Parts: sequence; structure tokens; C-alpha cells
Amino acid sequence: MLNRLWNLGAVRKTVLLVSLAALWEAYARWLNNPLLFPTFVDTVKAFFSAVASGELPKAATYTIQLLIKGYIAGLAIAALLTAFASATRIGADLLETLTSMFNPLPSIALLPLALIWFGLGNGAIIFVLIHAVLWAVALNTYSGFRAVSPTLRMVGQNYGLSKTGYVTRILIPGAFPSILTGLKVGWAFAWRTLIAAELVFGVSSGSGGLGWYIFEQKNQLLIPNVFAGLLTVILFGLLIENLIFRTIENRTVRRWGMQV
Amino acid sequence: MLAVQGVTLQYRSDRHLVTATDRVSFHVGESERFVVLGPSGCGKSTLLKAVGGFIRPVEGSITLDGARVRGPGPDRVFVFQEFDQLLPWKTVKENIVFALTASGKLPRRKAEECAMQKIAKVKLGEFAESYPHTLSGGMKQRAAIARALAMEPRILLMDEPFAALDALTRKQMQEELLQLWQESRFTVLFVTHSISEAIRIGTRILVLSAHPGQVKAELKRDDCDESKLQELLFDA
Repeated sequence: MLNRLWNLGAVRKTVLLVSLAALWEAYARWLNNPLLFPTFVDTVKAFFSAVASGELPKAATYTIQLLIKGYIAGLAIAALLTAFASATRIGADLLETLTSMFNPLPSIALLPLALIWFGLGNGAIIFVLIHAVLWAVALNTYSGFRAVSPTLRMVGQNYGLSKTGYVTRILIPGAFPSILTGLKVGWAFAWRTLIAAELVFGVSSGSGGLGWYIFEQKNQLLIPNVFAGLLTVILFGLLIENLIFRTIENRTVRRWGMQV
Repeated sequence: MLAVQGVTLQYRSDRHLVTATDRVSFHVGESERFVVLGPSGCGKSTLLKAVGGFIRPVEGSITLDGARVRGPGPDRVFVFQEFDQLLPWKTVKENIVFALTASGKLPRRKAEECAMQKIAKVKLGEFAESYPHTLSGGMKQRAAIARALAMEPRILLMDEPFAALDALTRKQMQEELLQLWQESRFTVLFVTHSISEAIRIGTRILVLSAHPGQVKAELKRDDCDESKLQELLFDA
């Protein structure tokens, strides 16, 4: 019975999480310095009261909304770049060169420049978000297209597909495992970049996002709220990774036996 | 019906220009099972791809019902050796429906009916809703044959379709192909390197030599046996 429970990944992970929380609580009590390290209970309390007051949901909505804008803009540009790269040789060279140049450049390093170009507004943040998403998605999609097997390509041509039909019905599904990897990596880059960018400045248009919330609470020395903010960042990360991307994965590449 | 006349095929490898076949000619008639037999490297697969319209001959001509072959088309459907010829993101049934609708042959509803019929023909009834990765190699090839037959092409092009199967399954698949042929008498151009397979499948057999592929002989099935083909293949 116990053995069988222990074999469930969810059970093992819950036990781990509970022990970590207990450890946290014990250490914080022993340290007894709420300014440096609030207890777990205080953090949870701060989290729920910030949720109830609407402060945290507002910050989170703001951040997510910004993220979606940047993510979609990044995807659109990635699609254009990939199409160009797949259609022409010079496009492929361009993509390879740009990716090898810009992929190693952390997006947040572009923020100072973006602030000069686009001012203290969302424009600057969206610019760095696009940079975070673009290269990972474009590179993965392009290499996914190239890896579609010659047999599948010939099958597509054999049945007389049009050019667009060939792309949407053979190339895109054939490259979907790579495309999905690109989407996941792009999302992870974007999320980290966004929180970091908001920490640097978030007060732009009166309402700030999660990063700004964390920064502001720290200035007011409301350390349990800082922890609550961090907890929210973690929760969103887990949620999108495990709920959205996992679901897409289960319904597509896993079901098709195509995962890489 | 299918006329291949003096076809020379070349392709470029890294540095050299490789001649795959050298002035190969043959005719395939209605409802024939025409086998191209040759050692590996004789350009037989390349020849089949040229008939499929994927490669242009540098010399000679390929015509189907008098019309020159200019590119790939659904009147010449391929069955490949590779198992990944089925679209992995579609079920067996959807693979067939895809072929029929993508080529504009049938509207969706009719295509589904037709797909189920052909699936039953190749004895995959229980697996119509299965994804290809859950099937065995033999079942995948059966599904591919069902998809090709559903298209009712003028000519079926089979590129060593059973070469990657184990000996038992291969023999069974050969039997099944012949049974299917008995039912609908389609025209098939079948490429293989196996003498026994050539004899089992073919009504006529074209023997090619290696590097580059040249016609050594064209035989009726009844005029040859294994030892004769062996001689032809291995005598330089």
C-alpha cells in the first residue's frame, strides 16, 4: 500500500514540497529575523492578503498581458524570418548568422539601449521580449523544417499538395517537435527577461508588473510580500510549463510518438 | 502504357557527377507486375523516382499514356521502403483520407468511406484509429499500400517496400500483395534487389547491371528461374 503510493510521482513531490516548507519554517523561526527571512506561514499569509487586496492579481495580469504581446510579436517575426530562410539560401545564411550573433546575447543587456530608443514605456520591454523569443523560436523551427525526412517530403509532393498545403500539412506538423521546443525555450527566456526588466523599471505607466511589485515591496521592507511576489513568479512558471505546454505535448508529439 | 525510352539519370554527389542509369528502356503494359531487379547501386531506386517525377532524366524520355512525365503527381503513387512514409501525426484512416483529399480525388466524407474499405482490405480494420508509431513494420507497410491503392493510380510505384521487414512478414506481405492484385489488377512497377522476390512478384522482370545501371535482360516470368537470374546478375 505505502509502496504503491510512493511510486506515484505526485505523492513523492508533495512529500518533498511539504518537507521543504517545514524546513523553511524551522529555519526562519530559528533565525528569528523577519526582515531577512520571513517564515513560511508569514509568506503564505502575505500572499493571500495581497491576492485578496487585488494588488498581486493586478500586477500579475499586467505582466502576463505584456508577456503575451511580446511573445506574439516575437513569434510573428520568427515566422517571417523562418519563411525567408526556408525559401532562399541567402535567407538561411541570414538566419544562421543573426542567430549565432544574438542568441548568446542576454535580452536584458539590451534594455538600456531599448530605453533610449523607445523611452520609458512598454515599447522598450516588448523590444527586449521580442529579442528573447525570436532567436530560439526561429532557429528551432528552421532546423525542424530541415529535419523533415525526405520520404515525408516526397509523400507530400506525390499527392499533389500545393505550396501552402505542403507547408501547413507536411512541413509544420513534421517539424512540430522542434517547433514546440522552440516555443518552450522562447517562453522561458521571455518570462525571465520580463521579470528582470520590470525589476529595473516598471513604474512606466502608473501600474507595474510582478517584477516591479517585488522591487517596491523590498523598498518598503515588506519582506514577506517580496517572498509572496517571488512565489507568484514561480507559480506562473510552473502553471504555464506544466499545464499549457504539457497539455499541448500530450495531445500532439507524445500521441504521435514523435517526441525528441 | 508507361514507356521509358533511353533514360539516363545523373545526380551530383559531393564532388562527382554520378551516372545512376545509362540509356534504360522498357515498357509496362496495363495490369502488369513489372519488376526491376538489380544489385544495390544499379540506380533502380533513382529510376523509380524519375518515373515518379522527382528527378528529370538528362537523356531520354518517360511517358505515361503518351504524356511526358514532368513532375510528381497522384497518378503515380509511391510505396517506399521507409516506415516513416505514413504521416506520424495522423491515424491510419486519416493518412488515407489525407491522400484522397489533398489530391482532390474525393471529398472528405467519401474519402472516409473509401479509407475504411481499403483498411479492411489490408486487414487493418482494428487499427484504423491507431497512430503509425503503435503499429509493427508489416502493418505500417500494409497501411501505406492501402493508402496507395485508395488513390487508384494509373501505376503503383513500389520501392523495395518489403526490404526492411523480417523474412516471415516479407513472405506474407508478398502473398497479400498478389491477392490484392488478383482483386483489382492494378499496374505496378516494383523495384527490388531480391531474386526470389522478383520471381514471386513479377510477371516480367528487367535485370539491371551495377554502376551505371544498364539493361542486361528483360524476361518473362515464365522464361526464367532463380539460377538464370543469378547468372545474369553476377556474371560480369
